[in-house]
Amino acid sequence: MQGSIVDPTQVELNHHAGGAIANSHEAHPDHRIFGLIVFLVAESMIFLGLFAAYLTFRAVYPEWPPVGTPERELLLPGVNTLILIGSSFVIHNAESAIKQNNVKGLRLWFGVTALMGIIFLAGQLYEYSHLEFGLKTNLYASTFYVLTGFHGLHVLLGVGLILAVLGRSLQQNHYSDEHHFGVEAAEIYWHFVDVVWIVLFILLYLI
Amino acid sequence: MTQTEISTTSAPEAVPAHAPTAQWKWWQYFTFNTDHKVIGIQYLVTSFIFYLIGGALATAIRTELATPAPNLVTPETYNGLLTLHGTVMIFLWIVPAGAGLANFLIPLMIGARDMAFPKLNAVAFWMIPPSGLLLVLSFFLESPQAGWTSYPPLSLMTGKVGEGLWIFSLLISGTSSILGGLNFLTTILRMRVPSMKLNDMPLFCWAMLATSGLILIGTPVLAGALILLAFDLLAGTAFFNPTGGGDPVVYQHMFWFYSHPAVYIMVLPLFGVISEVIPVHARKPIFGYQAIAYSSLAISFLGLIVWAHHMFTSGTPAWLRMFFMITTMIIAVPTGIKIFGWLATLWGGKIALNSPMLFALGFIAVFVIGGISGVMLASVPFDIHVHDTYFVVAHLHYVLFGGSVFGIYAAIYHWFPKITGRMMNEPLGIVHFVLTFVGMNLTFMPMHELGLLGMNRRVALYDPRFTTLNQVATVGAYVLAVSTLPFLFNAVWSWMKGEKASENPWRALTLEWQTSSPPEIENFEVLPVLTTGPYDYGMNHHSESMAETTAAATGSS
Repeated sequence: MQGSIVDPTQVELNHHAGGAIANSHEAHPDHRIFGLIVFLVAESMIFLGLFAAYLTFRAVYPEWPPVGTPERELLLPGVNTLILIGSSFVIHNAESAIKQNNVKGLRLWFGVTALMGIIFLAGQLYEYSHLEFGLKTNLYASTFYVLTGFHGLHVLLGVGLILAVLGRSLQQNHYSDEHHFGVEAAEIYWHFVDVVWIVLFILLYLI
Repeated sequence: MTQTEISTTSAPEAVPAHAPTAQWKWWQYFTFNTDHKVIGIQYLVTSFIFYLIGGALATAIRTELATPAPNLVTPETYNGLLTLHGTVMIFLWIVPAGAGLANFLIPLMIGARDMAFPKLNAVAFWMIPPSGLLLVLSFFLESPQAGWTSYPPLSLMTGKVGEGLWIFSLLISGTSSILGGLNFLTTILRMRVPSMKLNDMPLFCWAMLATSGLILIGTPVLAGALILLAFDLLAGTAFFNPTGGGDPVVYQHMFWFYSHPAVYIMVLPLFGVISEVIPVHARKPIFGYQAIAYSSLAISFLGLIVWAHHMFTSGTPAWLRMFFMITTMIIAVPTGIKIFGWLATLWGGKIALNSPMLFALGFIAVFVIGGISGVMLASVPFDIHVHDTYFVVAHLHYVLFGGSVFGIYAAIYHWFPKITGRMMNEPLGIVHFVLTFVGMNLTFMPMHELGLLGMNRRVALYDPRFTTLNQVATVGAYVLAVSTLPFLFNAVWSWMKGEKASENPWRALTLEWQTSSPPEIENFEVLPVLTTGPYDYGMNHHSESMAETTAAATGSS
């Protein structure tokens, strides 16, 4: 960050090859958040593709949901949705905490977020086990399982990221008000997973 | 004993007094290396190996088609050959070769010391070999037979194991492509030397910016389609299987949403290459810099809204066909702008007819033919008439072979001195060009007529009245196969024993030529400061000031 390429004198000091190699990490400004956001744009395209496929199946299929599909229970997924949306606010507290160098606050809020994520996943598994249709029952069932399952995989990865950051925060001075890319990255990813779920919830349960 | 021998002989070489730059050892090119130049070479060499494999498959296909009866291989094997040929050439040759050029060139061209995410870059490359191995393996285990498009329900009915491997291979190479695109985009937008504004960038970087956008938007949708296809194939769902209530047309939409832009992913980098090669070897400023730069962006935007022109016969409603016909025809406009710009650059230039320039000129000549047949195919009535015939095969090979492969060769001849520090042999290069140009037209020109006469593609058996034209094409394919030999020999021999290249053998103005050949490990001893545009040839004050920069850079070492 200090030795950015904007500063030509800094680079000139390191112009011999050995120094330049050692210097390579410090010489660039940090592009990781930018890169993460670009990656999430690409990731959202998978979901957009799947959503478009879902809407087309729905439009083409003679009756949606097919005859004989039991009335969908909305209470559990509704509560689950509230938990996931709530967790986006919770995780934001963690970033505010670390910006004030409050590592304990970071651990607390990340811990709570991870817990909410796990409750969401458990709720989804509970819902799966009580549904009266399976993956192969019909097109409606297949799209339901694959879309929610693919999103669930992202939640699982998000929980993993949050726990990894939590683990690292146990090391002395790993994160500070200046350096907390991991915290920011996990938070941005978590918001992404949350937004995808809101769209998915509307598509699968509400309309 | 041997150890001491080695150390005594290698000791004087280890600390040569005249070695001006830090370089990698030869074996470090075979490791997980994060230097963008090493990764670029890894991409180029690996993809060229797959090009040879894909070429061998093509030669087998043409040999089978030398006679009307399917007598060389079984029809099933023939299906496998054509499936593998298409997939290997697209996903393991042209796409990664473009990534290789981008890796080597982008940081050098914009004055950066590496890509934005070097480790991610290496990870992206190392996904290519396993992806390729899976694909080659699929041929031997119940080869996939549904062509590179892998349309269900056909792809669900033939060669289950091979089809599964095919899907996973593509998911891996697609991920690699996305990670590459992410890196290129970030590097181009965020890591230029401070004196380089977007409009000072070499046109290759503009082309890669447009390509990266397409990769990032298109490839994930293909991944989505492949995931659903994998469920159909392996878990027994019926997303695309009409017998279970699914809709195969949805697959086609998702597939072409990526695979039409993929055509531009494969050709835009080479448009960029041609925009670099022509001004250097014609010694003239590029004509219409901004028009060429922005037309890349226009192509990538339009490229995202034309996909259903591949599906005019898939029950697409008339109003939708009209929309896609018009957008497809509009793409000819930004493409035409580029071609006009290149021709205007050549006009009145001091043209050096060396191998890179010959391939660039060949590119323009054959790509225009592919472009024209593309506009013909965009027209719905004509497309319905020639759909699934050899006319389509002719068109796509004029675009992908005449376009992309000629462009890659132009790039290799042009940047070989920078990449290896040695010059390529010029007479061999000309032999290679003549053989490629003749072989290419001999192979694919007759296919236009075959298609118009009604010969279907993807069949091992055909009506005997098509025999003569098919035999011409087969001879052409053998010429193409032979044409790779002078190139291979030239590349390997020149790399080891070729004449040493100076920093800037072509007297070019872009930044990659303002450092040593091959460039040292972190590219520049001192980061360059722009004093001239990338194509200001023939402007005296500019070339003097560029000389100053070069002198300053070498003087400080």
